Amino acid sequence: MSDAVACHGAAKSTPDHFFRDGLWKQNPVFVHVLGMCPTLAITNSVRNALCMGLATTFVLVVSDGLISAMRKMIPKQVRIATYIAIIATAVTVVDYLVKAININVYKALGAYIPLIVSNCIVLERPEAFAGKNPVVPSILDALGTGFGFAFALTCLGTVREVLGAGTFLGFPLFGSSFEPWVLFLLPPGGFISLAIWLLAFSSFRQWRAKQRSAQAAIEVAPAVEVGS
Amino acid sequence: MNDTLTHVFLDAFLINNFVLCVFLGMCSFLGISGKFSTAWRMGVSVMFVITVSSVLSYAMNLLLVGVHAEYLRIITYIIIIAATVQLTEMFIKKMSPALFRELGVYLPLITTNCAVLAVPLFQTSRGYNLVQSTVFAVAASGGYCLALVLLSMVRERVDLSDVSSLAKGTALTLVLAAILSLAFMGFAGMGNGA
Repeated sequence: MSDAVACHGAAKSTPDHFFRDGLWKQNPVFVHVLGMCPTLAITNSVRNALCMGLATTFVLVVSDGLISAMRKMIPKQVRIATYIAIIATAVTVVDYLVKAININVYKALGAYIPLIVSNCIVLERPEAFAGKNPVVPSILDALGTGFGFAFALTCLGTVREVLGAGTFLGFPLFGSSFEPWVLFLLPPGGFISLAIWLLAFSSFRQWRAKQRSAQAAIEVAPAVEVGS
Repeated sequence: MNDTLTHVFLDAFLINNFVLCVFLGMCSFLGISGKFSTAWRMGVSVMFVITVSSVLSYAMNLLLVGVHAEYLRIITYIIIIAATVQLTEMFIKKMSPALFRELGVYLPLITTNCAVLAVPLFQTSRGYNLVQSTVFAVAASGGYCLALVLLSMVRERVDLSDVSSLAKGTALTLVLAAILSLAFMGFAGMGNGA
């Protein structure tokens, strides 16, 4: 975790770097624990989770692209205020777009679309990356982060929908005898399932790190023998 | 019936507690709840910001509706909030420099606390009048403060016990929050009887 934070915002070269970072190494939800409000509130079904993830990705791409194009014009002292104004504009666009495309999704997401403005991830990316880098890498970075966020929301949404309603994307998975575990659709279920995902994620990381250090020890051992 | 002041207050304070039932202001809820002394001060600062910005947003919304510029709502609200946070910062710096140092970076971060933005948005969409908006703002931010203080007390106790290194940190805090949230579900019945 500590080295993940250390290399945060470091120079990246190829496009697949951005996606690997956003989805896995620097995942905004599982690694940095940012953007908790929509993560917990909108994940009671897979469909809502996906829509929220895509809406946030759109805001990230538009605002990061604009901010990085204007980065030389924005004075350092008022950069946060400028970022927020640009982000709020992008969010207003999304708000009206979603309303025009699908009114049911709009009703399901409710107040959480305007609240993308105060999602820490959306303000964190310009501060850490787009404010200092050219347009194309900034957009790739925004895409990677946005997909990572959508991925995390979908993971959480899957657990909550399958256990809480016995369906996936609205299709029933189990027979009629299945008693849905409604708790998972309610607020406490959100907290518990995120806790479980974080535990699973960090234990997997610990296991990987242990394996790596064991492998390194094996590689080092012969060299030591030769040296002695 | 649903709009009496008592109902508005109880609904925002307990039944639909902003943090534990509607999931607003999660970042600071998980971030600043480590110590009781910081938690309640943060809660009170947020209460002040929410109440002031709610009243200002109510006035601003009247103006926006007057000139048919409702699409500017989100931008206007966030600017009002940023200005209120700035004001609070200057106020606290003047009145209590010690508190100012203690809150540190979390004070400017109130701007990106979604509970603060949600209050003006909710009061607009529910069509509250000025008195209802103010009561709503006080109740919602009071609920935030309550949740923050409760969690910080629990966390101070849990710090004394031996926990597996894997679960330490956010995962453990989330489990504690889940238990608190379960307790708050008990208030859900109050809404139907009123």
